Amino acid sequence: MEYFFQQLINGVTLGSIYGLIAIGYTMVYGIIGMINFAHGDIFMVGAFIALILIVALGITAATPLLLLILALVLVLVLAMALTAIWGWTVERVAYRPLRGSFRLAPLITAIGASIALQNFVQISQGARNKPLQPLISGGFSLSDSVSGGEGFAVQISYMQILIIVVTVLLMAGFTLLINKTSLGRAQRACEQDRKMASLLGINVDRTISLTFVMGASLAAVAGLMFLLYYGVIDFYIGFLAGVKAFTAAVLGGIGSLPGAMLGGLLIGLIETFWSGYFSLEYKDVAAFSILAIVLIFMPEGLLGRPEVEKV
Amino acid sequence: MAAEKDTLLAGSVKDAGMGGLVAFGLFSLMIGMKTEVDIGGLAIEYRWGAVATAVAVVFFGRLLLNLFVWKSERPVTGVVSGLMPKASAFSSVAHLVTPLLFVLAVTLPFLLMYWLGARGSRQYLDLAILVTTYVMLGWGLNIVVGLAGLLDLGYVAFYAVGAYSYALLAQYFGFSFWICLPLAGILSAFWGIILGFPVLRLRGDYLAIVTLAFGEIIRVVLLNWYEFTGGPDGISGIPRPSFFGLEFTRGEGGFAAFFGLDYNSIHRIIFLYYLILLLAMVTNFVTMRLRKLPVGRAWEALREDEIACRSLGINTTNTKLTAFALGAMFGGFAGSFFATRQGFISPESFTFIESAVILAIVVLGGLGSQIGVVIAAVVMIGGFEFFREFEEYRMLVFGLLMVVIMVWKPRGLISTRTPSITLSKGKAKGISADLVQEGHG
Repeated sequence: MEYFFQQLINGVTLGSIYGLIAIGYTMVYGIIGMINFAHGDIFMVGAFIALILIVALGITAATPLLLLILALVLVLVLAMALTAIWGWTVERVAYRPLRGSFRLAPLITAIGASIALQNFVQISQGARNKPLQPLISGGFSLSDSVSGGEGFAVQISYMQILIIVVTVLLMAGFTLLINKTSLGRAQRACEQDRKMASLLGINVDRTISLTFVMGASLAAVAGLMFLLYYGVIDFYIGFLAGVKAFTAAVLGGIGSLPGAMLGGLLIGLIETFWSGYFSLEYKDVAAFSILAIVLIFMPEGLLGRPEVEKV
Repeated sequence: MAAEKDTLLAGSVKDAGMGGLVAFGLFSLMIGMKTEVDIGGLAIEYRWGAVATAVAVVFFGRLLLNLFVWKSERPVTGVVSGLMPKASAFSSVAHLVTPLLFVLAVTLPFLLMYWLGARGSRQYLDLAILVTTYVMLGWGLNIVVGLAGLLDLGYVAFYAVGAYSYALLAQYFGFSFWICLPLAGILSAFWGIILGFPVLRLRGDYLAIVTLAFGEIIRVVLLNWYEFTGGPDGISGIPRPSFFGLEFTRGEGGFAAFFGLDYNSIHRIIFLYYLILLLAMVTNFVTMRLRKLPVGRAWEALREDEIACRSLGINTTNTKLTAFALGAMFGGFAGSFFATRQGFISPESFTFIESAVILAIVVLGGLGSQIGVVIAAVVMIGGFEFFREFEEYRMLVFGLLMVVIMVWKPRGLISTRTPSITLSKGKAKGISADLVQEGHG
């Protein structure tokens, strides 16, 4: 039972990270109906930017707690801003010129952008993986059965709490942003009918750009969390994380923000339980199979609306 | 006039300045600071010079583009494209170029042997084999993507199935290449149907992602099923093909002895070259004939508009499945050729990047254009080898090229389409790119 709870905590943590990335996919798909294939690599760039900032600011585990928190907040904000520029640039260069072109064109430039980003980072930052000393260690022990000799102590680390709290806060913030602000209203309008929205005076290009900026900055948060949680990144992490987050977005119902979060949690849990109880080697197969199964049997996802194909 | 020039210049400088600023934002950290693994953690190596270069390149590049192309009254590109032959002119030239290319392809080994001798021509022949393999893969994928309009991001899976079918059949049963070749094709087509059946009711980009997932699943299974496939170690010692039972070996009973030639290892290379050329030409021939059959017409109709297709009573599932299975079969043929040429295969050769390269060849060459695939394969694979010394930059350039060519010419380099049927008995004229509309993909 303890093992189960431990896996549950780990799964929720991993799921939060996937959920943050999945929001980027789901927002972009909702608004322009394309799979932003390069989003996983934007997440990877975000992780690298966070790593560079942490090393450049000289943050270590020895930094006093208050300073550490301030510095991490600074890293978070800077990484979000700088990654947002990457997201904006990819949209501006690779997707915007192709708006109104045939459907597969932006998907192909997205693949090109993904390959270019990966290799750019490989060249500029080196192909070796980058280990980072853990900054936040320690945690609570939720059960004391370890003293009995037999059992297995359920641990929840401060890092996991941090990830879950930050994710919940950001989710709440973004839900507010989408539901209450004029920007969110513009986004929802573009999602429903782009032409009508532009007739009503909404700057559609700007709204789409801002969607990419928001998605990229959330991916940067996920990147920072990933970096702090696993402590090692390389230029290739974006591909798998991207596919899994996309699966999460599809599972939750693409275009739906709560769906993305729910899907992320489910994928995180499934992956952790799969590797905890079945086999570690095939955990990626599990994620890919879920993607295929969901798309085939339930393409509208858990919380999405079924898409009607119009002539 | 002068004031106009001033505003043009000022506007361009402002725009370029913004570009430079964005470039600084992009590159200041990612290029300017490189994290290095150091004793006791990570250290940073600063490279501000490189950042300055990158920002300057973006600034001046944008400035020049603004002044001479985007905001100029007479863009330089207009002059350049005036010099370039028109797309419509190409279709008439294509009738001449295609046979010429074919003759060149057939005589290539002899030309190379004549000029460079056996020793010098070996590397060029190897390259030619590689390029032709990609041409064949491109043609195979062209059936799925170009003709039927189904975006397949996992094509490499069928390439892998073909390669592993041959390697495993040869390893466990001792079958020869010529028995395995059709078997590998059939097995790949079979897998194409198995994978295709559930996914084919999906729309364009969903289909793309699911095929990508299947491609990855097959690779992960190959990687982890150690007892059967050898896992990451791969399979080595795959037997070489024979020429009607004649082995390419030294001494009695070999190819050279039978024909009274001096033994030379180049014979095998030339044989392999002709083998893949033959396979590729078969792919091309079958595709071109199928285009004229009802099923080929149905593929193209499906690409243009799926809903219209369905209303006309075409069974879209069967149509898609045939395209998928045929594409997979040719992928399987190419795969078993790959296995026999290398003599060694491992899951490493069948990554997603490989799918992306094949897809890029098809898309950049011009969807549905057979000659476009050849040109794209020669330029890209040949270009890859040509820039060997810039090895680490080539995938970066490849990715950027995919974006740039797609933005510049969304329909690929050769975007004219030859109609498979015309009203008059006269020569079929190409339909220029701006006249064709893509359906739902």
